[in-house]
Amino acid sequence: MRKIKEDGAVMKELSIYIHIPFCVKKCNYCDFLSAPADENTKKRYVDMLLMEMEEASKEYSGYEVVSVFLGGGTPSVLTAEDTGRILTSLYEEYNIKNGVEITSEVNPKTADNEKLKAYYQAGINRLSIGLQSADAGELKILGRIHDFEDFSATFNAAREAGFSNINVDVMSALPGQRVSSYQDTLKKVLALSPEHISAYSLMIEEGTPFFDWYGDEDALRRDGREMKYARGEKNVHLHLPSEEEERKMYEMTEQLLARRGYHRYEISNYAKPGYECFHNMVYWTRKNYLGLGIGAASFINGERFHNTEDLQTYLCGKFEKEDRMVLVQQDCMEEFMFLGLRLIKGVSEREFQLQFGVPIEAIYGEAITKMEKQGLLKRKEGRICLTHRGIDVSNYVMSEFLL
Amino acid sequence: MSKTDQSKIRNFCIVAHIDHGKSTLADRIIEKTGLLTSREMQAQVLDNMDLERERGITIKAQTVRTVYKAKDGEEYIFNLIDTPGHVDFNYEVSRSLAACDGAILVVDAAQGIEAQTLANVYLALDHNLDVFPVINKIDLPSAEPERVMEEIEDVIGIEAHDAPLISAKNGVGIEEVLEQIISKIPAPSGDPDSPLQALIFDSLYDSYKGVIIFCRIVEGTVRKGTKIKMMATGASEEVVEVGYFGAGQFIPCEELSAGMVGYITASIKNVKDTAVGDTVTDAARPCEAPLPGYKKVNSMVYCGLYPADGAKYPDLRDALEKLQLNDASLNYEPETSIALGFGFRCGFLGLLHLEIIQERLEREYNLDLVTTAPGVIYKVYKTNGEMIELTNPSNLPDPSEIDYMEEPIVSAEIMVTTEFIGSIMELCQERRGKYLGMEYIEGTRALLKYDLPLNEIIYDFFDALKSRSRGYASFDYELKGYEQANLVKLDILINREEVDALSFIVHADNAYERGRKMCEKLKDEIPRHLFEIPIQAAVGGKIIARETVKAMRKDVLAKCYGGDITRKKKLLEKQKEGKKRMRQVGNVEIPQKAFMSVLKLDDGKA
Repeated sequence: MRKIKEDGAVMKELSIYIHIPFCVKKCNYCDFLSAPADENTKKRYVDMLLMEMEEASKEYSGYEVVSVFLGGGTPSVLTAEDTGRILTSLYEEYNIKNGVEITSEVNPKTADNEKLKAYYQAGINRLSIGLQSADAGELKILGRIHDFEDFSATFNAAREAGFSNINVDVMSALPGQRVSSYQDTLKKVLALSPEHISAYSLMIEEGTPFFDWYGDEDALRRDGREMKYARGEKNVHLHLPSEEEERKMYEMTEQLLARRGYHRYEISNYAKPGYECFHNMVYWTRKNYLGLGIGAASFINGERFHNTEDLQTYLCGKFEKEDRMVLVQQDCMEEFMFLGLRLIKGVSEREFQLQFGVPIEAIYGEAITKMEKQGLLKRKEGRICLTHRGIDVSNYVMSEFLL
Repeated sequence: MSKTDQSKIRNFCIVAHIDHGKSTLADRIIEKTGLLTSREMQAQVLDNMDLERERGITIKAQTVRTVYKAKDGEEYIFNLIDTPGHVDFNYEVSRSLAACDGAILVVDAAQGIEAQTLANVYLALDHNLDVFPVINKIDLPSAEPERVMEEIEDVIGIEAHDAPLISAKNGVGIEEVLEQIISKIPAPSGDPDSPLQALIFDSLYDSYKGVIIFCRIVEGTVRKGTKIKMMATGASEEVVEVGYFGAGQFIPCEELSAGMVGYITASIKNVKDTAVGDTVTDAARPCEAPLPGYKKVNSMVYCGLYPADGAKYPDLRDALEKLQLNDASLNYEPETSIALGFGFRCGFLGLLHLEIIQERLEREYNLDLVTTAPGVIYKVYKTNGEMIELTNPSNLPDPSEIDYMEEPIVSAEIMVTTEFIGSIMELCQERRGKYLGMEYIEGTRALLKYDLPLNEIIYDFFDALKSRSRGYASFDYELKGYEQANLVKLDILINREEVDALSFIVHADNAYERGRKMCEKLKDEIPRHLFEIPIQAAVGGKIIARETVKAMRKDVLAKCYGGDITRKKKLLEKQKEGKKRMRQVGNVEIPQKAFMSVLKLDDGKA
């Protein structure tokens, strides 16, 4: 039910993303906007964030906030007090709809019982905990600062604090990872019975230590070529799993999680019924979202923009939006397709017609048929979605929908 | 300008082995004669193509006129024609020589005579030019001018004891060169009042002036308004402008008379009307007979050129037409490939020529090209007695119809210091060379003579030669004739479909090796598809090598950073862009560069 404003107009919906660009130690695979920082910088950052929130609130007074997500970095490196300040100002300055999903990312060893309790009391009702792996060796290679025990301590503390909606992040295709060790990770996570699991496959990104170590190996593998050297040789680092091993991990994820009552609703996301991440769906279904904090991306009424990615600029109170791009119909159609197809249920033909005033067939008939013939897309009850095989090569399929 | 006194004109060119300093000497001559101040000088004035400056070579003959005030107090007009040094461009050299009365031979004081020194001197002597030597680079620590003088006298048989010893780079000894141009190169002859007889030695298309004819006036006079006639093509037009060549610009003048070198424009729109080598005469008062033209050069190397974007086919056709005007040694005719669509089969003088044309098309005409493997002309004798000249491997008749085949053989002369004789002989052996003999030039150098199949040297022979002699070997060749050889057509099948643009002719003994390398190379070039792609090499339907491009298993973008959709879209766009640059053959998308990869099969080989 949409809220009616005092003047009788329907309030528009808005989700909010808040970026906390700090962590204890940068992970070896991470190319996100995040770095360790001293307490003073973090404080100043939160001060500025509050200032940005206040400024922006005037512009978005006519909106009703339907989800909030604190991401990073590691948002939990902030003190409970600072996090509280953020939440307080959110509630004071924005129309937060009752009972909406408010998530914070949390990393083990950065949030004790006290902090988690404070989170819960501040209004956060969903946690996303970064585990990545239960294997101590794999965690070490990733450059994580915790082990599995630290993670389960955080998880249990979260439950104790009252959180009944928890996501756990796990990763496959890690250096040195075996099918058995990955299976072990999944089983340990399942034993804790979180409501939601994000299972990502490692991407080697430029500008990370992993890229220096594994960039070549990754490129070879993606080209389907053998590694030039045997495991353990020449390279002091452990090797990436073979393509076959990676495949097994990938297939195992879906099977194992399905058996335990988690359904896959997005390429990398699994949830118990009713626990799909609302905020994530906002991205894929092209709803409005406002990004606050450095580098944060926004999408408001058909326009995309983002904040400065430079911390010093931001700390000087410069919140100018960069790369403003007003989407034209063609951009919107493309996004509708390549974002919508990330969802397992796919895109709705009727919804396309409603949004753009033309049948999907008229724009994408050829691409759809081509992908159907290759067994990558299927039509079902007025929807178009990726097949099993299509999910594997989703980039290939999605690139077909660029006009 | 008053009538020019013929005795005060010198038409000459500079010939040399590549890198012996020909273009630098030309620069100095232009500078010293005051056409440009040294501040205006840009290195290699005459090499005005970007490509020439970048590679430090001369591709096109260039002409420039300067005025020199000699020590005798008289002013002389110098028409200097710079010529290319590489063996591929002998044809250009030959054209320019016909416009000259003499030639300066530049020899490197350290390296002495090289293969192309000889080739170019002989070309000049063939054209009855008076040649005098200049010893360059005397500033080098390793310079041995005395030895080089002796070498010139012994090997070439022209007098060298009074050759100017110069350093073109440092501007040393240039005066002496200028004086010798006057004393050793004859003034032109010819009667300005005779019927017009002018030799077209080059031409150029200018979008404002139309075709610009570069010519040497042999007899008679031409001026604005003269109605001229091309004797071979019969085209007739009224002269709009005559002039001579400043440095990089055309300077109009009143008339060009016997002995002079200059240009004519006559609003000629059709580039085909002005054949290089043709004689221009006065339509009203024609000369009796045309001048002896050039011997038609035959292309030695052929390849297919295709526009990367099929819609650019007409652009490619126009570009080739214009380039041919400027480079008459370029031949082309339309052809169609199943894999590449509409394009042209083009003939070149050699592989460097091919590369240069390809680069010029890409730079000067802004075209994106796909080039197929270069090949030579094979003679195919069919069982029915017919003979066909094969330039495109796809046109090879069914083996059952072939009696035998012949391939072109060149006589090659390789000059090399004695320590590398062994490794160079080995190289020639590997390339199916037939050893003919060896001559010692002096104590430390030898001239090796080989007959080599042309198809063995068009790929990377020159590079191999350089790497096996640490850069010291030099090489020259000329077509000798055709010899019977056991040749086969090697076909490449991608996903079981024959790709016509990848077929080539190879000696039966090398088929397996070449096929294997092709498959390996293509395996690296072809991206993974959703399905497995076999790559096979076949001779006469029999598979001789195979590689497989494995199926793409995964192509997923896992995380999306805080709703940063723009970044994701960029990734997808990159992927789509990549697909565009592919050629669709059956179900397989082949990157355009794969078609060229066959050029570099011998990568990494010593």
